[in-house]
Amino acid sequence: MRNIRNFSIIAHIDHGKSTLADRLIQTTDLVSDRDFKNQMLDTMDIERERGITIKSQTVCLPYKSSDGKLYSLNLIDTPGHVDFSYEVSRALASCEGALLLVDASQGVEAQTIANLYLAVDHNLEIIPIINKIDLPSAEIEMVREQIEEDLGLDSEAAILCSAKDGIGIDEILEAVVKYLPPPKGDPDAPLEALIFDSHYDPYRGTIIHFRVVQGKIRTGDEIMFMSNKASYTVEEVGIFQIVRVPKPALTAGEVGYVIAGIKTVSDTKCGDTITLKKNPCRKSLPGFKETQPVVFSSIYPVSTDDYPELVIAMEKLKLNDASLVFQKDSSAALGFGFRCGFLGLLHLEVVQERLEREYGLSLIITAPSVEYEIEMNDGTAMMIDNPALYPEPTKIANTKEPYIKASIIIPDRYMGQVMNLALERRGINTDYQYFSSNRMEMIFELPLAEVVYDFYDKLKTVTQGYGSFDYEMLDYRDSDLVRVDILVNGDRVDALSQLVHKDKAVQRAKFACEKLRDEIPRQMFKIALQGAIGSQIIARKTINAFRKDVTAKCYGGDISRKRKLLEKQKKGKKRMKMVGEVMIPQSAFLAVLKSKD
Amino acid sequence: MDESNRQKGGIYIHVPFCVKKCAYCDFYSCTDLEKIPSYVQSLIVEMNLTADFPLHADTLYIGGGTPSLLKAEQIQLLIDAAINRFQAAPDAEITIEVNPGTVNAEKLAGYWQAGVNRISIGVQSFSDASLDFLSRIHTADQAIQSIEFARSAGFDNIGLDLIYGLPGQTERMWQADLQTAINLTPEHLSCYMLTYEPGTKMENNLRNGRFRALPDKDVGRLYDFTVRYLEDNGFYQYEVSNFSTSRQSRSKHNQKYWTHAPYIGLGPSAHSLVDNRRSWNVRSLEAYLRKTGQGKLPIEETEELNSRQLMMETLYLRLRCVDGISILDFEKRFNIDFNRCFGSIVSTYESDGVLEIINNKCRLTRKGMLFADSISSRFIDAI
Ligand SMILES: Nc1nc2c(ncn2[C@@H]2O[C@H](COP(=O)(O)OP(=O)(O)O)[C@@H](O)[C@H]2O)c(=O)[nH]1
Ligand code: SF4
Ligand SMILES: [Mg+2]
Repeated sequence: MRNIRNFSIIAHIDHGKSTLADRLIQTTDLVSDRDFKNQMLDTMDIERERGITIKSQTVCLPYKSSDGKLYSLNLIDTPGHVDFSYEVSRALASCEGALLLVDASQGVEAQTIANLYLAVDHNLEIIPIINKIDLPSAEIEMVREQIEEDLGLDSEAAILCSAKDGIGIDEILEAVVKYLPPPKGDPDAPLEALIFDSHYDPYRGTIIHFRVVQGKIRTGDEIMFMSNKASYTVEEVGIFQIVRVPKPALTAGEVGYVIAGIKTVSDTKCGDTITLKKNPCRKSLPGFKETQPVVFSSIYPVSTDDYPELVIAMEKLKLNDASLVFQKDSSAALGFGFRCGFLGLLHLEVVQERLEREYGLSLIITAPSVEYEIEMNDGTAMMIDNPALYPEPTKIANTKEPYIKASIIIPDRYMGQVMNLALERRGINTDYQYFSSNRMEMIFELPLAEVVYDFYDKLKTVTQGYGSFDYEMLDYRDSDLVRVDILVNGDRVDALSQLVHKDKAVQRAKFACEKLRDEIPRQMFKIALQGAIGSQIIARKTINAFRKDVTAKCYGGDISRKRKLLEKQKKGKKRMKMVGEVMIPQSAFLAVLKSKD
Repeated sequence: MDESNRQKGGIYIHVPFCVKKCAYCDFYSCTDLEKIPSYVQSLIVEMNLTADFPLHADTLYIGGGTPSLLKAEQIQLLIDAAINRFQAAPDAEITIEVNPGTVNAEKLAGYWQAGVNRISIGVQSFSDASLDFLSRIHTADQAIQSIEFARSAGFDNIGLDLIYGLPGQTERMWQADLQTAINLTPEHLSCYMLTYEPGTKMENNLRNGRFRALPDKDVGRLYDFTVRYLEDNGFYQYEVSNFSTSRQSRSKHNQKYWTHAPYIGLGPSAHSLVDNRRSWNVRSLEAYLRKTGQGKLPIEETEELNSRQLMMETLYLRLRCVDGISILDFEKRFNIDFNRCFGSIVSTYESDGVLEIINNKCRLTRKGMLFADSISSRFIDAI
């Protein structure tokens, strides 16, 4: 056990976590250079493209230290986005130490701090690393100062590194061995193992990623999950070394995988404790909670014929994504689809992109909503995330909406703009603090609903890309909620209804009507577009009828060309939805629901 | 082949030459007039190369371009060759398009002599200002004169082409054009809304803001006015843009296009349709001359129309005609239940007043014609 080190790399997005991980893997000879694909740890295409790690991957690096001994360095990669902060916390709970990576040209940012807090909460030993020192814009001294003052860490201990050029890598590996403590734990105690991730393998089913905290796990053991007492027989345990390497057993302090005939990843829960059925531990490891979706949206295929394919795609996605929850949904305008719950907006986008790219589906995604708490006049209460299920307003006594605590770190010259943005989004500025060198952290309490509505983009815009953002869920507070409906020639288009705060209703309704006006082609009759709360019209736009639509000349040479045009139009109309007599193209739904102004 | 089995069909001869390119025109034509003699020879070659279609020509249409750039002898040569090659009936309709800026009394008399029995004159407008805007090579007076020459030459089947919907055109201005035309007592009128075809000089000028197009709603009004005014004066609409004094004076040739009757097109860019096979020639005079010179057919592409495509074309072509779609013929031809397929569309449009079913014919009303494209596209969606 003394030769094991378990650690993560924590960083703000884009500070070089994946690049550093790749370097570490490369220097420990786990893969030949020829096989080495950049960013080994980010496997999904989307993750590669966006540079965001969503599924964490773990790797056990064999390392011969300068003290002559052989070490097993378990690098536990963590998801790199606020939507997945619970997963991050479970990964950190499996470590004794962390490398805190700071981009030498960007300095400390919101997720640097949020991640540091998480690491400190888990009593991790922290090694600060200043990355990207090769950049001409690197400001090493300034970053040292920030590490010292903003993070309260010893900047003398910071290692200078360029993950890109391979500078400082050996020093980092030595520091891991030297400064991070080895795991503790009793190999003879009853098994206690922490699940920090799982993924789906088409041949083996669910592969659980876990850390053995106490005891021992062997092939053939009957294991049990503490959360639901479900039990399984271990088919295989082993460690990750890019490929899975089976071992007869894993003991306290080790990190690896277990395969136990578990069909879907949803049968396992991140943060759950694995023990042995025969000799169970007394209680679960601390910190387990079931992750709850916070953003909800419906997904429909553009062409209703594609629904069966969507069903298959959703089921396949679910195999690998335990945080994705969904149920069948249907809309008068869009037919059958799914109501889905996501951990956040990014999670939603990733799911959408995977469905479109990996499964070739074209989709309409309804406006993201949060979950509202609704108290009825008769004293009953319900949680509603779907505008379709919003009750008759006269029967509602009170509504509450979720709030978050947002931390925004910015150069202080943007303070005014960020303040305005947050206030416009019904935020309350509860606190702020100055860091070194003109940077500050602003704390806001914000309705989550305002954040799911293009807040990131706006923040990036007003801070010219310098603002960073992190949040945690806070509580439910009273809200003044209304349902805004969109009517096309008097017919309500259910898929365009949105639950919004009363103060935002007119703005949203206008926005939707304008987008529809731009996207719906003229037809033979006038089209009235209205935004409404109940029977009260709060926005309106008109698409005038066209006054003629006829080709003047149609002789021998025109017929084929004209037919081809009609064939093309007919194809295009597969992407249209009929609402009453009005044809609404997919692009109109997308434009309205994109919600960018 | 047994004569009685021969289908009746049309022959189209394209003459791709013009004195000057008009700003709005997207027909294939060029101004290399010196190539006309060799072109006429090439047409004869193409006729000879054209396979022995089981076709009995009952219409011959010499269009363009400006076919009236050809001398009477050249026209004679073409007509004789076509009659010979395609077994034209003695009473075949033989039309030539005439640009008023290219003819005199003698030439038109020569055409009559050569066997032409129908003449279509590209007047476009009786206002010199409009002719100027359209960059036509002739004046209003020349147009009137050419009509008189045609009458004197013996023509009793004269059609005039007019264009309306010009920028700034009012109903009164257009009425003046129409009235002048009516006074000249032609048998046939084609009235086209001005359209801005991509790639034309006029469309380019419009896009660059050189002038403002007449708003669609005004063009629509002029259309409505045209149909009513002409009807009041004894001209009956039989297609979106075509009017005639009687059924006999409709263009037999052009109606072939709208009914999938067979036709053979000769010359660059000309289209042919025989036995559900459509083909079209190369759209370049040089390529055309080269290919025929090598003794090769100048065909650019051929498409075999399946029944679905034929149905699509039938729908939008027939809906452009006042005779509409004969429901029985349609059901028989495509083995389809018309009402099951289109019933709901029909009833919606009936209640909108744009479509009617009369004597088992489904046809657009006058108002409906103005929306023929969108209406037929809804029919096509249903198949
Ligand atoms: N110049 C330079 N660029 C780096 C270095 N490390 C990472 N990058 C670049 O920074 C970007 C983000 O790196 P990545 O490892 O994906 O960051 P992550 O989001 O923390 O995983 C990529 O374009 C990397 O190529 C470095 O040491 N020097
Ligand atoms: S004369 Fe006729 S074919 Fe020639 S350019 Fe003018 S409109 Fe076109
Ligand atoms: Mg990454």
